[in-house]
Amino acid sequence: MVDSLEYTPQITLEFPIGEKDFFMAGESASRVKKTLQQLGLRQDIIRRAAIIIYEAAMNVAIHANHGLLTVHVDPEAIFVQTDDEGAGIPDIELAMKEGYSTAPYEIREMGFGAGMGLPNIKQCSDELTLDTRVGEGTTLKAKVFFASKGTGETR
Amino acid sequence: MKLHDIAAILNAEVLCGGDCLDREVEACFACDLISEMLLYVRPRSLLITSLINAHVIHTAQVMDASGVIFVGGKKPDDAVIKTGELNNVPLLSTPHLIFECCGRLFTNGLKGDKKRPL
Repeated sequence: MVDSLEYTPQITLEFPIGEKDFFMAGESASRVKKTLQQLGLRQDIIRRAAIIIYEAAMNVAIHANHGLLTVHVDPEAIFVQTDDEGAGIPDIELAMKEGYSTAPYEIREMGFGAGMGLPNIKQCSDELTLDTRVGEGTTLKAKVFFASKGTGETR
Repeated sequence: MKLHDIAAILNAEVLCGGDCLDREVEACFACDLISEMLLYVRPRSLLITSLINAHVIHTAQVMDASGVIFVGGKKPDDAVIKTGELNNVPLLSTPHLIFECCGRLFTNGLKGDKKRPL
């Protein structure tokens, strides 16, 4: 097992995301993607992780006061985690519903807030957990395993 | 279809990525919702939009799009074009609107991205 650890990159990247720091949300997804590509990881896995990062970081920028995005790569998976201080999610089931959104108009004008963020994160993840405390904040943890079959995209 | 074919069909001006116009475009997605782009854009797709913010560039890069066409003669500001350059995303601007762009490309053989199941 030690051999496999020696030959597989293990890295951790962190991005603080401020309230309404929408540019950093996109920028962090973009930067992580480039780093993962440099590591030579599978393209479809990178793509899924980058989508999760983009959507999760945007959720922090839109709904929280501030938060931290952490991306960790180990021999088995890419871990994406966001920890934020903010409003929390009063009804997770509703938030997971396609098309349900509480994003304000300015967010929709930018092209976000269509209520597809969490459903998209769920689809791209092999494992997803949401821990939320109303009025305090939310922790999202998503994993994409290198052994996963992917979303069936062939192109 | 190549990006330079698309530029010709849509009378498009190249804003950046002029050295990438031989890139293959396999399908197309036209939309002004980033959330939907992050759902439906497949690798090597062309993105047609009237949004001109930096999120379009980051989304195109994350989704492995071949390039972005801004419709209605819209052009993003210099900082956004620079983001396109840095992320290797060719950006083009066409005077035509979304429906006209889609019609022209479809009749030239380009097909739309398919919805993937959630």
